[in-house]
Amino acid sequence: MNKAVQAPFLITGLVAGLLVVGAVSLTIGHASIPLAASVGGLFGDATADPVALIVQEIRLPRLLVGVIVGASLGLAGAALQGLLRNPLADPGVIGVSASAGLGAVVAIYYGAAALSAYAVPGFAMAGALISTSLLYALARRDTSVLTLILVGIGLSALAGALTSLAMNLSPNPFSLSDMVLWLLGSLANRSFTELWIALPFMLPGWLCLLLSAPALRALSLGEETATTMGVDLFRLRAFVIVGSALSVGAGVAVSGAIGFIGLIVPHMIRPFVGHDPARLLLPSAIGGALLITLADIGVRLAPTDRELKLGVLTALIGAPFFLFLVLKTRRAMR
Amino acid sequence: MSVLAAEDVSVALNGVRLLNGLSGSARAGRLTGLIGPNGAGKTTLLRALLRLQAVDTGRILWGGEDITAKRPHQLSHVFAYLAQAQTVHWPLTVEALAALGRRPAYTPFARLTEVDQAAIDRAIAQTSLEAMRHRAITSLSGGERARALLARVLTSDAPVVLADEPVAALDPYHQLNILDILKALAAAGRVVVIVLHDLSLARRYCDDVILMHAGRVAAQGPSAEVLTAETLEPVYRVRLDLGETGAVLPLARLADAP
Repeated sequence: MNKAVQAPFLITGLVAGLLVVGAVSLTIGHASIPLAASVGGLFGDATADPVALIVQEIRLPRLLVGVIVGASLGLAGAALQGLLRNPLADPGVIGVSASAGLGAVVAIYYGAAALSAYAVPGFAMAGALISTSLLYALARRDTSVLTLILVGIGLSALAGALTSLAMNLSPNPFSLSDMVLWLLGSLANRSFTELWIALPFMLPGWLCLLLSAPALRALSLGEETATTMGVDLFRLRAFVIVGSALSVGAGVAVSGAIGFIGLIVPHMIRPFVGHDPARLLLPSAIGGALLITLADIGVRLAPTDRELKLGVLTALIGAPFFLFLVLKTRRAMR
Repeated sequence: MSVLAAEDVSVALNGVRLLNGLSGSARAGRLTGLIGPNGAGKTTLLRALLRLQAVDTGRILWGGEDITAKRPHQLSHVFAYLAQAQTVHWPLTVEALAALGRRPAYTPFARLTEVDQAAIDRAIAQTSLEAMRHRAITSLSGGERARALLARVLTSDAPVVLADEPVAALDPYHQLNILDILKALAAAGRVVVIVLHDLSLARRYCDDVILMHAGRVAAQGPSAEVLTAETLEPVYRVRLDLGETGAVLPLARLADAP
C-alpha cells in the first residue's frame, strides 16, 4: 500500500533521468549529432567548431528554457493542487496559462512589448495573477472537482474570448499569424535571452512556492483546521498565487501556453511521496522539467512536414489524461 | 487553575443571532460536555472560542488573558481542534496525519525532533493504531479513521482540546474508546471540551456540562446537577427517562408551548 520512497532517492533518480534525457535532446535537430559529440560540443569552442556552436547557441538554450518552463509548470501545478486540495488543478486547466497568454498578447500587439523586454513577461504575470486570484476567490469555499473545473472553464473562456478580441482587432495579418503560432506554445529557436528574461521572475516564484510547501501539508485538514494549527492562510494563499503567477507567467511569456504538464506530473509523483502535498513540490518541479524535455524531443522526432508545436503535443497527450483523471475522481464530484 | 471562558458573547450571522450574550467556562482537569439541541449554537461557540468566528460583543479569556483580539493562527499554542466531520483531503498515512499535531511537521526549515517523534508514537499507541501507522487514512474503517484523527489532536501539546462531535457515527465500542481517551486527556490536566449529542454518554463521561439553548447557556455545572429531567426536558422538548445506570432515554415529544 505504502509506496513512498525516501526523498533523496526519488530526487536523485529524477535528476539522473533529466540529465540523460537532456543529453539526448542535444543530439536532436536539423543535423543529427551523436551523443558523445553533442556532450563534447557543450565544452567546445563555439567560434571554431560548428558542432559546438549548434549545441551551445541553439540546442542548449532550447533545452534550458524547456527545463525552467517545465519546472515552473510542475511546481505550480503541485502547489495549486495543494492549495485547492484538488488533484485536477493545473495552470492550464484552470485558466492561468490562458490568462497569461492574454496578458502577453496584449503586451505584444498593443505596443508595450516594443518599449521594454520585460513588458511581455510583466503582462503575462499580471494576467496569471488576476486569474489565479479570481479562481481562488470563486473556488475556495467549495473544494469539489466540479466547481473547480467549471470556474476554470469560465476563466479560460473569458481569457480566450479576450485573446480572440485582441486578434480580431490586430493591426495586420502577419502579427495575427505570429500571435496564433506563439500561443500554441513552443521551445523552438529560444535563446539565452529568453532564459535571462524568465529566470529573474521564476526564481522568486519558485522560492514562494517551495516555502509554502510545509503549510500545504497542514492544509490537508482543510482551511479552518489548518488555521487553528497556526497556518496564516492569508499569507499562504498570497505565496502560492503570487508564486504561480510569477513562474507560470514568466514561462508563458517565453514559451507560449504549454498545457497539462502541471496536471500530469504531480499525479505521477504523488504515490511516491505518500500523497504528501508538501513533499510533492520539489520532485514535481524536476519531473516537469523531465516531461517537457521528453515532449520537446517528441515534437522534433515526429514525422511531420512542419515541426509540431510543443503545446499541441502536450495537449494531445494531456487532454485524454485529464479526462481519465476526471473519470477516476468522479466519486469526488458532488 | 487554567480556565477557558466566554463572557457575554454575541454572534450574529446574516441577521440571525447565533449566540446571544453567552457566558460560560471550562476548567482544566475536567472533561466538559457541550450539549444542546440542533441549532443551539454549539459549533458556533467552539468557533468563537477558537477565534475562527468573529464576535459582535463579549470577550474570550484563556487563563485570565483576553484573547478576543487574536487571530486564530496565533492561538495554535493554546488550542487543538477536531472539527465536526473532519476530512483529510489526501490519502496520508496514519503516522503522517498524527505528525500534523506537531508544529515542525508543517513549518519551513523545521525537522521533527525526538520529542516530536515520541509524542507521535505515544498518540499512535494511545489510539491503538500501531499496526496501521503506515496505512493510508482512506483505507481505514470509520472507527479507525476517527481514532487516527484523534491521534493528531493527542500529538499536540496544546492545553485546550476542543472536539466537535468526536463520536458521531461511531459504534458503541468506538464511542467508549474515544471518550476514554479524551477523559484521560482531561484527567492529565488539560481543558477538554467536546460537543455531544448522546446524553447518556454525556452523563457517563463528562465531569462538567454546558447546556446550550438558543444561543445562550441554559445551565452549566457538574454533570450530575445539570443532567436532570427538570433541566433537560424544556430545552430538548422531549420527555426523558434518566435511568439508574446512566442511560438517558427520550420517551415522547413534548407539546410546543402555546
